[in-house]
Amino acid sequence: MHQPSFVERHLRVIFPLPAILFIGLLMIFPILYTLALSFTSWNLTSGAPLRFVGLRNYEQILTEPRFLDAVMRTFGFTIFAVLIEAVLGTVVALILNRAFIGKSLAKLLLLLPLVATPVAVGIVFNLFYDPTIGLANFALSSLGLPQGLWISNAASVIPSLIVVDVWQWTPMITLIVLAGLAGLSEEPFEAARVDGATQWQVLRYVTIPMVMPTILTAVILRLIDALKTFDIIFAMTGGGPGYASETLNIMGFKYSFEYFRMGQASVILIALFFFVLLCSLGIMKLRASSEN
Amino acid sequence: MIKKSIPQEILFYLAVVFISLVVLFPFLWMLSSSFKTQTDIIAWPPKLIFSPTLHNYEKVFGEQDFLKYFINSTVVGGLAVGLSLVLGLPAAYSISRFTQRKLALFILLARLMPGISFLMPWYIIFSRLGLMDTYVALVLSHMLIALPIVVWIMSSYFNSIPVELEESAMVDGATRQYAFWAIILPMSGPGIITSVTLSFIFSWNNFMFSQVLSMEKTRTLPIAVYNFVSYAEVDWGGVMAAAVAIMAPAILLTMIFQKFVVKGLTMGAVKG
Repeated sequence: MHQPSFVERHLRVIFPLPAILFIGLLMIFPILYTLALSFTSWNLTSGAPLRFVGLRNYEQILTEPRFLDAVMRTFGFTIFAVLIEAVLGTVVALILNRAFIGKSLAKLLLLLPLVATPVAVGIVFNLFYDPTIGLANFALSSLGLPQGLWISNAASVIPSLIVVDVWQWTPMITLIVLAGLAGLSEEPFEAARVDGATQWQVLRYVTIPMVMPTILTAVILRLIDALKTFDIIFAMTGGGPGYASETLNIMGFKYSFEYFRMGQASVILIALFFFVLLCSLGIMKLRASSEN
Repeated sequence: MIKKSIPQEILFYLAVVFISLVVLFPFLWMLSSSFKTQTDIIAWPPKLIFSPTLHNYEKVFGEQDFLKYFINSTVVGGLAVGLSLVLGLPAAYSISRFTQRKLALFILLARLMPGISFLMPWYIIFSRLGLMDTYVALVLSHMLIALPIVVWIMSSYFNSIPVELEESAMVDGATRQYAFWAIILPMSGPGIITSVTLSFIFSWNNFMFSQVLSMEKTRTLPIAVYNFVSYAEVDWGGVMAAAVAIMAPAILLTMIFQKFVVKGLTMGAVKG
């Protein structure tokens, strides 16, 4: 064997170094910058210089009803959307988990919502929800039910947005659970059948417990993404009517790029960051425990 | 396999058809509306039968500078994905061969953290540097989308390639970096296809970064479609044609590389 050169001896540092520097520069540094900004008062439009204000932004934002509503809304949206997606996604996966004619076509169809541009999806659902020409109201009226205002009404806007998220992301859970089911070994199923278990018992006591880790991982991945949902809400309602669909991400965006109150915006971004980080730590813990 | 009774089979296929219809419905409605005249779109009850027109597409492609935005989206996505491969492949190799788990998590953080918490500082920094509305700013931001995908997919792909391959080359006197370049990379086609397809689609679909960092010159398609809605609110036909145009490339890529896309989207979760 040859004498390893300097490069070769330090390959474990040299190879990942460019990627580490890139992420450090474009992610870690900006996050620290945001943190620093959160202690300052800085309005980009006023031209006034940046001023250190200590914890004043935190006091203002954390007690602001608009912020507290946005926090509750973000969690409400996330929890309901992901819960529905988890149940529906798993049920569909269990239905499709067998050989059948057209299976590969069915799997292709399931992929389509996942790769569809979210802004465009939002726009299509805007037409669907349009109170005067939309199909949603047409469906209601053909069933003899009173028509709704959907995303134009503060009470129904969040459920209507959840429907869009469920349509787009349930297939993600289905595909992940299907892949998980495909990787299970046959033995426990045969053993259960030999012992005379009914189909329902096999499902309840063998299949579901065995794919549970996969379902949980999929759910946490979805939780993290749902907390950050931006495109469909921004495209469909812009956070309205009023603030009725304003989540943390939308509120942070408005404070940053519409009001240009960078100090206060930073507090909102840090709050969102914090919630996402909590969920991410959850997934890492889960991953670590399943590896051991 | 357990024999299924005929009624059970019928029920099963009905369920499959129902699921497919729910998934397909918004696409079908978008597609059919894009071929409708304004009168047909606002007709009540909604029309299932109508005489199709290409008028909406002519308008979108003709008046809206769509080609320019299409090129912008392609250039930004292509450069971001290409540069992410340059940074990401060696990093993924290192993570795989030297089992650098902490490093993997560090790079994964870029995929998990909310984009807006970097976007706001980028906006300030890029404005100061005079980089707003340039490809540089957009490509850098989209690389933060593509790089974690590349690293994540490629490190587990490299895990599946036996170490003996480069070890035997190294016994013969090759350096490790040469073995990576000449032996491992040429075997990595499927992994690279998966990561390129997925990261390009996610860059293509990105709205938030481009909305803030691009203006007239570098505007990408999702922003153009969004703006088209805001000033042409009532022109549903044109909007739907624009929506079809923006989704078509991502859907086409998905159809061509179906197996790779499924693998890439599900692998992170199933491994655990």
